[in-house]
Amino acid sequence: MELTEIAREVRKDILLQVYSAQSGHPGGALSCADLLTSIYFDLINEGDKVVLSKGHASPALYAVLAEKGFFPKEELTTFRKINSHLQGHPSLLKTNGVDASSGSLGQGLSIANGMALAFKMDNKPNTVYAILGDGELQEGQIWEAAMTANQYRLNNLIVFVDYNKLQIDGSNDEVMQVAPVKEKFEAFGFFAQEIDGHNFEAIREAVMKAKAQEKPSVIVANTIKGKGVLFMENQVSWHGKAPNKEQYEKAVKEL
Amino acid sequence: MISTREAYGKALAELGEKYKDVVVLDADLAEATKTIEFKKKFPDRFFDIGIAEQDLIGTAAGLSLAGKIPFASTFAVFATGRAYDQIRNAVAYSKLNVKIAATHAGITVGEDGASHQALEDLALMRAVPNMVVCSPSDGTQTRWLMEEAIKYKGPMYLRLTRPNTEEVYSSGTNFEIGKGIQHGEGTAATIFATGVTVSEALKAQKILHDGGIDIRVVDMHTIKPIDEELIIKCAKETEKLITIEDHNIIGGLGSAVCEVLCDKYPKQVTRMGINDEFGQSGKWNELMDYYKITAEHIIKNVI
Repeated sequence: MELTEIAREVRKDILLQVYSAQSGHPGGALSCADLLTSIYFDLINEGDKVVLSKGHASPALYAVLAEKGFFPKEELTTFRKINSHLQGHPSLLKTNGVDASSGSLGQGLSIANGMALAFKMDNKPNTVYAILGDGELQEGQIWEAAMTANQYRLNNLIVFVDYNKLQIDGSNDEVMQVAPVKEKFEAFGFFAQEIDGHNFEAIREAVMKAKAQEKPSVIVANTIKGKGVLFMENQVSWHGKAPNKEQYEKAVKEL
Repeated sequence: MISTREAYGKALAELGEKYKDVVVLDADLAEATKTIEFKKKFPDRFFDIGIAEQDLIGTAAGLSLAGKIPFASTFAVFATGRAYDQIRNAVAYSKLNVKIAATHAGITVGEDGASHQALEDLALMRAVPNMVVCSPSDGTQTRWLMEEAIKYKGPMYLRLTRPNTEEVYSSGTNFEIGKGIQHGEGTAATIFATGVTVSEALKAQKILHDGGIDIRVVDMHTIKPIDEELIIKCAKETEKLITIEDHNIIGGLGSAVCEVLCDKYPKQVTRMGINDEFGQSGKWNELMDYYKITAEHIIKNVI
C-alpha cells in the first residue's frame, strides 16, 4: 500500500475509535497521522523506538500499530472503554507495540533522551523518534530535556514537533506563545528543519538529513489540526470532542 | 560511623563492576549524594543532568526502557517533590526498572533548613502503585539494599540520609525486602523505627533494659510492602506500640503501621515524628532533640 493509502486508513481508524468511544482527541491525532504513518511504514528500522509524547493523540498511534499488526483492528472500537487495552493515553504495559507510556505532557523528550543515551552506550545504530505537540512546548521539562540532548550530543534522536498551532484553549499565540519553534531549538543546540508535516517526501528527506548530523535533530512539521476532515480542520473545538453519527459518516465519506 | 548516603556511594561504585547495566544519574549534587564515587570509576555510565529533576527522572525512565538499570539521585525533597509526576507517570505506571536513590531525607539534613528537609517523601512514594519504598538504618543495611535494588526488577525508592550515624549491624548481615528486623523479645513496648531513628530506638532499649524494662525494637527498613505479619505479632505480644521516624507523622511509617493495625488488629499507637510542621535550620542532632525523635523521648513515651 502507498503511504497516502495507509494514512487514509489510519485517519478512518482514528475517527472510528473516537466515534466508538464518544470520547478522545481527533484534532491532534489527525494532525500527526502522516508523521506516524511515515515513521512506522517508511522510516523505522528494527530496534528503533518511538515516543508519542503528546499522548492524547493515542488514536493515531493505535491506528498505526493495528495497521502494523500489533493487535487486531477490530479491537480499535474498544478504545477508552472499560477493560480495553487501548487506554485513553498510551500505556506501555497494556498495549502491544507502545514503546513508552505518555499522557502527562512534557515528559516524552526526556524519555527519548534516555533511550538514545542507552543506544549510544551500547553502540546500537538505532534511532529514537519523539513526537511532541506544540502546546506541549510550554512545559519546562521539554527545555530541560533539550539541554540534555545537546549536552550528550544525541545525534540518534529525531524530534518531530506536530506544529498545528492550536491547543485546547485557543491558538498557541493566544494561550502562550511558543514561536519561533525552529529558532528556539536551534538556540538549544539542535539541527532544526521546518517542513510540511503532511508531505511524505519532505518527511523522509528531513529524516535522512537529520540522520547525517552530529547533533540532535528537530523537525518542525507544519501541520493542520483535524487534517483530512474539512469541518474539523483548524478548528480548536475538535481538539477533544467526538463526532456524532452524522458527523462521523460525513467525515469517513470525505476521506 | 557512616552515613547511609556514603554507604550508597561506596556500594554503587563497588557493585558497578559486577553489574554492567547499572547507570547513574545526578542533578548537580554528585558530591553530596556521593554518586561521585561511581562517576570517578565509570565516567561513561554516569550522567549529570544538571539542575533539572524532572528531566533526571524522565531520562532514567528512558534508560530503563532500553535495558539499563538507572539509579537517579538528588536530595529527597527534590526527587519526590519536584519530579513527583515523572515518578508517577513515567516510572511507576509502566513499572520501569528505575531506582530513585534520594539522599538528605528528613530534618537530619540540618543547617540547610526546611526547604531542603523532605518530611513527606515517604507519604508521596508510598501512595504510588508499583513502588517499593525502603529506608535503611545503617551502612551495612544500605550496602545490602543496593544489591537487592539492582536485582529487583521494578521501581524502588531508597531513602538515604546525611549524617554519620551508629552502625546497627555487623557487615554481612542478611535482610529481606518487606521483612522487618526484630531486636529483642521485650513485652513492655514495641518501637517501630526506620532510618536514623533505629539506632535511637536501640539506645533507648538498652537504657530501659538497665532500668529493668524490656522492650523490643523493630527496624522497618521496608516501608512498602510493610511487614504486616510482624506488626500484628508485636501488637499481640507487647503492651505499648510506638512508631518513630524522621518524617511527618502523616503518611510515613506511623501511618503504614496504623493502617495495618486498623484493618487487622486494632490497638492504640503512639506516633513519634515531625508533628505536621516544617523543619528549620540547626545541627542535625539538635534538631532530632527539638523534634523529640531521640532515645530520651522514646523512653518518656514508654514509661
